[in-house]
Amino acid sequence: MADIPDSTGPGSSGLKGRWHRLSIRQKQVVWAWGFLAIPIVFYVVVRFYPTADAFILSFQEWNMLSDREWVGFDNYVRLWNDPVFWKVFVNTFEYLIIGTPISLVLAFIVAYHLDKVRFMHGTIRALYFLPFMTSAVAMAWVWRWFYQPVPTGLFNNFLAQFGIPQFPFLQSTTTALPSILAPAVWAGLGFQIIIFMAGLRAIPVTYYEAARVDGLSNWAQLWQITIPLLKPTIVFLVVFSSIGFLRIFDQVFNMTSTNPGGPLNSTKPLVLMIYETAFGGRSRMGQAAAQTVVLFTILLIVSLLQLRILRDR
Amino acid sequence: MSVADDIEVRASSETLLKAERGPRRPRNMGQIIRWIVLFLGGILMVMPLVYMLSTSLKFPFEVYNLNLIPEEPTLENYAYVLEDGRFYRWLLNSTVIATITTISTLIFDSLVGYVLCKFRFRGRYIVFIAILSTLMIPTEMLVIPWYLMSQALGWLDTYWGIMFPGLMTAFGTFLMKQFFETVPDDFIEAARIDGLNELQIWWSVAMPLVRPALAALAIFVFLGNWTAFIWPLIATNDFDKFTLPVGLATFGDEADVQWELIMTGAAIATLPTLIFFLIFQRFIIRGVVMAGLKG
Repeated sequence: MADIPDSTGPGSSGLKGRWHRLSIRQKQVVWAWGFLAIPIVFYVVVRFYPTADAFILSFQEWNMLSDREWVGFDNYVRLWNDPVFWKVFVNTFEYLIIGTPISLVLAFIVAYHLDKVRFMHGTIRALYFLPFMTSAVAMAWVWRWFYQPVPTGLFNNFLAQFGIPQFPFLQSTTTALPSILAPAVWAGLGFQIIIFMAGLRAIPVTYYEAARVDGLSNWAQLWQITIPLLKPTIVFLVVFSSIGFLRIFDQVFNMTSTNPGGPLNSTKPLVLMIYETAFGGRSRMGQAAAQTVVLFTILLIVSLLQLRILRDR
Repeated sequence: MSVADDIEVRASSETLLKAERGPRRPRNMGQIIRWIVLFLGGILMVMPLVYMLSTSLKFPFEVYNLNLIPEEPTLENYAYVLEDGRFYRWLLNSTVIATITTISTLIFDSLVGYVLCKFRFRGRYIVFIAILSTLMIPTEMLVIPWYLMSQALGWLDTYWGIMFPGLMTAFGTFLMKQFFETVPDDFIEAARIDGLNELQIWWSVAMPLVRPALAALAIFVFLGNWTAFIWPLIATNDFDKFTLPVGLATFGDEADVQWELIMTGAAIATLPTLIFFLIFQRFIIRGVVMAGLKG
């Protein structure tokens, strides 16, 4: 039995005979498809079919009780005319546009300097990395507590000690979004630092030695050697973190759970809107599916654009 | 994908080894200032975690005190939260689910990666591209069909229902395929001549040679499943089936004013991964560099 693949396992001696008559090459093919059988079923049933279903559902109306009903582009038209959707659309991009540059610049600065530190290098690196190991939900609650007004919240208590008036954090429409973004940036920073450091270490030392011989300043070395050679790393991190910010959900859901996406929808991202449309109150599955198609399209366009812009330079 | 490709190739080569070596060159006095600023920044980074822990050890009357060290440290919050029984259950659920999905992912991702790398057959490229293409599909788009599927099949509020979408990952398959490239074909040929079958060759010849990649993938998959939120939130209604993040989300809402209890819950959800990190630090950092392209 040793040379017979169990996934294509022959039950009868007839099959067994046939197996022995196959050439080595043919046996390889049988083995390969035998190994791939379960994964192919998985990808078809759990990835491809649901993707197609989401697209189809976006052209239907369905509240989970009646039958699915074709409505053409109605769901998309309704989305287009929905002022809340546009607010959410803007919010989603605000997370991206504020979050990505801040986190990347911070991560680069830390990585650049940490790369040159020898004493307790591992310990300092660990301090920056630890937040990455936490669950976004747990940390959302920790930060939510920090943001509470006096006498509860840590930040406002701290300010009060110096007689500084309270800061509204999650309660004001202008400060709530950045307040939710802060823990997201904080938690992802360690990851980006580690990736930047790996990129920095990959730059050959000889380049810097040559630059020093030529009398280039540290600043010139940074702009003429380090950053250009780090481009692949930068491209990867920009795309990776943009996708992360565009899909923000856990933090918003948990920091605004008494008033989801509030105040006044000022913090609601697309994923939270999708969740509410599909599972909150009366479920409008078709409408929610249309929103997921929009999210998919945004993610695709943003990553393709970024790849193109950052590559060509 | 090609960008990930570049980085992947770089990361899988000597870069990894270099990432572990000491800093490049010694510096002068400015080095001290640099060190101090970095150190203070690092302390600032862990402050939220420190406050979470310190508050979980405080009595209610002391919560609003800014002191880091509780005047009367107590484990009463932990006793209270665990006595309730729910956190035990959630801890168990999260552990079981993250463990099983990790094992399943490691087996299937490496098997598929191995086949796509080491077997020559028609359709290989199409299978590879098809699997890779699923990387572009965001989970949020799939959760609605998954929910409908689970509902129709009676999978809601079951472990299986929470786990099934994560049994294999396209990213891991890609990662493993890249790493199997480093296993020389000669090894496999030799094993074949020795009379091992393909399953045995994969398991006992190829797999041991890509152990670092397996470890990296395991860390990512486990952490990803441990902290996963949106799908477990949708897939469960019964609090007996909640994972820790989902449980914590509902717990926080009902225990609204009792921040010391919420911090205790947050600590229970966070401490296992933090302890794990402190033990396997070096290993995990290397894993992140290696697997650091996951979506």
